[in-house]
Amino acid sequence: MEIDRRKFLTIAGITAATTIGKKVIGDTTDVEQIAGLPQKSPLVGHRWAMVIDTRKCREKSGCTKCIDACHSAHNVPQFDNPKDEVKWIWKEHYKEAFPNQEHEHVKEGLLEMPAIVMCNHCDNPPCVRVCPTQSTWKRDDGIVMMDMHRCIGCRYCIAACPYGSRSFNWRDPRPFIKNLNKEYPTRTRGVVEKCNFCAERLAKGLHPACVDACEEKALVFGDLEDPESEVRALLRENYAIRRKPALGTNPEVYYIV
Amino acid sequence: MIEKALVGDKRYYGWVAFLLAVIGVGFIFYLRQLFYGLGLTGLSRDVSWGFYIAQFTFLVGVAASAVMVVLPYYLHNYKAFGKLTILGEFLAIGSVIMCVLFIFVDLGQPFRGANIILHPTPHSLMFWDMIALGGYLLLNVLISRITLDAERKGIAPPKWIKPIIIISIPWAISIHTVTAFLYSGLAARSFWMTAVLAPRFLASAFASGPALLIIMVMLIRKFTRFDPGKEPIQKLAIIATYAMCINIFLILMELFTVLYSNIPEHLHHFQYLFLGLEGNTTLVPWMWGSIILAIFAIVLLLNPKTRRNESILAVACVAVFVSIWIDKGLGMVVAGFQPSPLGKVTQYWPTWTEFFISMGVYGIGAFLVTVFYKMTLSLRGETGENEKKKEIAEEVETVAG
Repeated sequence: MEIDRRKFLTIAGITAATTIGKKVIGDTTDVEQIAGLPQKSPLVGHRWAMVIDTRKCREKSGCTKCIDACHSAHNVPQFDNPKDEVKWIWKEHYKEAFPNQEHEHVKEGLLEMPAIVMCNHCDNPPCVRVCPTQSTWKRDDGIVMMDMHRCIGCRYCIAACPYGSRSFNWRDPRPFIKNLNKEYPTRTRGVVEKCNFCAERLAKGLHPACVDACEEKALVFGDLEDPESEVRALLRENYAIRRKPALGTNPEVYYIV
Repeated sequence: MIEKALVGDKRYYGWVAFLLAVIGVGFIFYLRQLFYGLGLTGLSRDVSWGFYIAQFTFLVGVAASAVMVVLPYYLHNYKAFGKLTILGEFLAIGSVIMCVLFIFVDLGQPFRGANIILHPTPHSLMFWDMIALGGYLLLNVLISRITLDAERKGIAPPKWIKPIIIISIPWAISIHTVTAFLYSGLAARSFWMTAVLAPRFLASAFASGPALLIIMVMLIRKFTRFDPGKEPIQKLAIIATYAMCINIFLILMELFTVLYSNIPEHLHHFQYLFLGLEGNTTLVPWMWGSIILAIFAIVLLLNPKTRRNESILAVACVAVFVSIWIDKGLGMVVAGFQPSPLGKVTQYWPTWTEFFISMGVYGIGAFLVTVFYKMTLSLRGETGENEKKKEIAEEVETVAG
């Protein structure tokens, strides 16, 4: 039943996107022929991943463009009370993001250096393992998704996530959404949410909102299975680390430090 | 049989009315929580489970502990527990229902709760906990119903119930084991990720459950004609003593491993509990209170002279129960989140909403157990009500005479 529904939604989404695409472009199906227009066919990957160059991030301290872009794209509410907080992507200090990868005489300033954190879209996600209703599941392309209509709000996934990447709607989030984006659904109280690697944008052939928002190109998104991809090139050329690798979750967000 | 619970003396009606009032208050607070959301609790992004889930965990232990009267009676033919087994089973039924309710009030979307059944997920421990608890509830309802019915008719219970009773013994162990697995399988929370968690849960359950049963038997004996005699109470006391010793032994095992290995990730949680972390000392006095009560209780229980004195035994049992309640019902769940995976300590203390809703759930449990016990005692003619009426009648006669 559930897979049918999901498949239906995916197919419906792709069909809708293609139809809209066709309407925009006219009868021409060969998208590449039309220069200047954004590519409208969905981005397809086998193992989506992100590489974050924290050096570039450090150069512009105080920049929150990726965070703002994500939170406004996904109707993430802004609460004044930290107890109610919901966030998909945010800044942590290096020492908190990488608790076991620091020492007393580490490179000056590194410990306080900001690191952008979000859902790691683990290859072996503990949240998916514990969810009693399969409301959170891993897609074939590696994205860990949330079905906010099925979630019962037991918060077992929050307990299981070693990265604190998940948020719960402790109260109705709708009055706290600054600028409503009608393209993306809002949530009800009592469900868990988190970063979805912008699955809805990938379906439209766009990169994640945070990646597009970063002028410094500190966030790079791509297919890890594709040897020609930018993420693979970055990982080949730079030493990159992941958060809490010892836990065996295999995060798909890499950090160049 | 239920009609026996509808008639009683003034004290019985008063107690039931009190419980109904507590349930009513809890229900009003629950409606508020339902319409506002779990933001009315003290929980937050970093401490996402708290008082409700802790009560659930503690009560799974109380439910499992019924096995401590069932096992000696049915496996070892220990006759002295004959009058107590049904009380143990009824306590288990009340506790499992409270467990389910505590999960229910903790859900963000309670009306979607059936999704756990509609989308069964064997890789989630919560699925198995549902099966364990549901099965245990059914077993105990069936067993108590059949045995009490036989008692009412004055015949021996049917033979087919015996294997079901035997199955209920390992099943009782399973409910607390699976509940421990909910926690100990999480790589994210080093405080819970210990193989000794399930054994510790069982040991503490087998100490606190019999301690509660002793207290309850003493109370019922005071107010009714029910009297199981001294022997079963002493036997229960010995069970509680052994279990408490094993519980303390297992806690020391845990402490040795954490303190000697000195891994900060493991150490921090214990620092939070017993010394305070980043200036947050909310649970420190409670945890030391729990330790002092445990030592106090174990001294009283181990010494045969004090254990055999029933008034001292009562004090020791209260100490055992409170000590373990603090450990499991207050410290265990919250400490898993302190510090968070990102090293942060977030203040958590249950709000009045959590308190009154929890009281409401405990009220429902107490109400059910009261009704079940009343039925049983009325059936056995041990309520003492007729006795009193007789006394009054005699008094009236003497006065009139």
